[in-house]
Amino acid sequence: MITLESVRKSYDDEVSIGPVDLQIPAGGVTALVGPNGAGKSTLLTMIGRLLGMDSGAISVAGYDVSSTKSKDLAKIVSILRQENHFITRLTIRQLVGFGRFPHSKGRLTTADEELISQAIDFLELGELENRFIDELSGGQRQRAYVAMVLAQDTDYVLLDEPLNNLDMKRSVQMMQHLRRAAAEMGRTIVIVLHDINFAGHYADHICAVKDGAVIEFGAPEEIMTGEVLSRVFDTPVDVIDGPRGPLAVYF
Amino acid sequence: MTLAEAARRRNEARRNRTAESPQGTVDPSPSGSAVSSARGAASAKAPLFGWPLLLGIVGVAILLALSLLTGVYDIFGGDGGAEMFQITRIPRTIALVLAGAAMAMCGLVMQLLTQNRFVEPTTTGTTEWAGLGLMLTVIVYPDASIVARMVGAIIAAFVGTLVFFVFLRRVSLKSSLIVPIVGIMLGAVVGAVSTFIAVQTDMLQSLGIWFAGSFTSILRGQYETLWIVAAVVVAIFILADRFTVAGLGKEIATNVGLNYNQILLLGTVFVAIATGVVTVVVGNLPFLGLIVPNIVSLIRGDDLRSNLPWVCLLGIAIVTICDLIGRIIVMPFEVPVSLILGVVGAAVFVALLLRQRKVG
Repeated sequence: MITLESVRKSYDDEVSIGPVDLQIPAGGVTALVGPNGAGKSTLLTMIGRLLGMDSGAISVAGYDVSSTKSKDLAKIVSILRQENHFITRLTIRQLVGFGRFPHSKGRLTTADEELISQAIDFLELGELENRFIDELSGGQRQRAYVAMVLAQDTDYVLLDEPLNNLDMKRSVQMMQHLRRAAAEMGRTIVIVLHDINFAGHYADHICAVKDGAVIEFGAPEEIMTGEVLSRVFDTPVDVIDGPRGPLAVYF
Repeated sequence: MTLAEAARRRNEARRNRTAESPQGTVDPSPSGSAVSSARGAASAKAPLFGWPLLLGIVGVAILLALSLLTGVYDIFGGDGGAEMFQITRIPRTIALVLAGAAMAMCGLVMQLLTQNRFVEPTTTGTTEWAGLGLMLTVIVYPDASIVARMVGAIIAAFVGTLVFFVFLRRVSLKSSLIVPIVGIMLGAVVGAVSTFIAVQTDMLQSLGIWFAGSFTSILRGQYETLWIVAAVVVAIFILADRFTVAGLGKEIATNVGLNYNQILLLGTVFVAIATGVVTVVVGNLPFLGLIVPNIVSLIRGDDLRSNLPWVCLLGIAIVTICDLIGRIIVMPFEVPVSLILGVVGAAVFVALLLRQRKVG
């Protein structure tokens, strides 16, 4: 379980987050949704201890993120940010191998190699594993990053808009991969999503964030209503019964 | 189910699959799967010493032998030829090896820490700071020993590199070309301060001689402190994986549990020590740390651990070739190696810039 207790963070007078109190249950996929600038990514980044908070406390699986050693947290929770740019020319396999760093400190064992192969196959990158990251399309690169955090083998996986750069087919596949990771490997996946319909279809829990505060948390059926979504996104939203479940329509 | 279990299950399925194919039958490890061990060998566990590396070592050895045999003095026929050989040729060649390897490695570490391909001690001002430190030490203590001068140079190089890093963090201009421009400007300012102080204290000539990197004056009894950089090279080898992880950026590094600021500081200390020592003993070796890691990376990708021997070798090779050219072209006189390196390095730098623009 991920617990946030009166978490606050302010950048300047205009942008501030919190106080946020939130409990994200273990297991399944939890989607953070909300308008731009609501603070979804900031919350995620603070849970993943990449960003400090001004006050309050966050714990993941009972470990306080500000007091637990970073190298120990790296075996409990992994986080992937939206923008990943580096100049290092690595192959997919080498990149995914760095996901094993918390466990192996760089000296990969046979067991590490198997987990790396597994993560690569899980994201269907087997054919590309010896290609350099900078030669890949945005979508392939995105999958390689996700493979890296899966290879880290943490119970909690935090992803900041992993559907960025992915086309329709790849977005659907990515969500199916993540659902499988949650179901088959018992991972707890927290993910920032832009498209409310993806959240409604694939998430087990939806957490709606607006103006730096959590305003709704619940199962998709509770959130996917015209009234709630209109309030969250500040624009008229209708929810209709689609052939594969409820659909938010906002055009 | 953990990923480990999933992996095991998958690999069992794989074993069954590959057992049917002829190449899948070669499986040296009893527990590992044929596929994953074969795949592992292809990348993460590439052998460190293959035949290309042996060839590289032989090539560098030939260059070093040439360096030992090149010179005005006839070491075979002349009086005390053997002694001359020991006093000048051997120290000079050892200095080439140490300085070449250390500066190339420093370039690589700085490029990883700044995530910028165009950064190295001479494009970040580190060398100029080391020169300033050296000069201030000599002004304050005119009789300073070579070790004291080095300490002065190292401290100034460290402070200067930190200034550069702090500046980079403040402006957060990570675009690839702005970073070296900022560094070169910073270096120019520091160099101007050094020149001003030198003019005021009548040291302009000494300053010019210090800055021009040259192996001419490397003699037995004067270069031995250069061995310090060998320790730096070994330390970089040991911490190679951490530097590579740091090269993936602060967020990814923190995510896998690396103490990013600590490794940044450690890398800066290494770079400062190597640059400080090399600046005092040899002088300025421009562009070496820039061109070597870039060439190695272009050819081999960026697996730091297996690249390090290549970075060392290529660094040694380029310095040695440039030094040989410097010794030969105006024989029986010499031009400083920094002059040749500057010309070669600038050409490669421009070529890299153009290539970068093409790639986008």
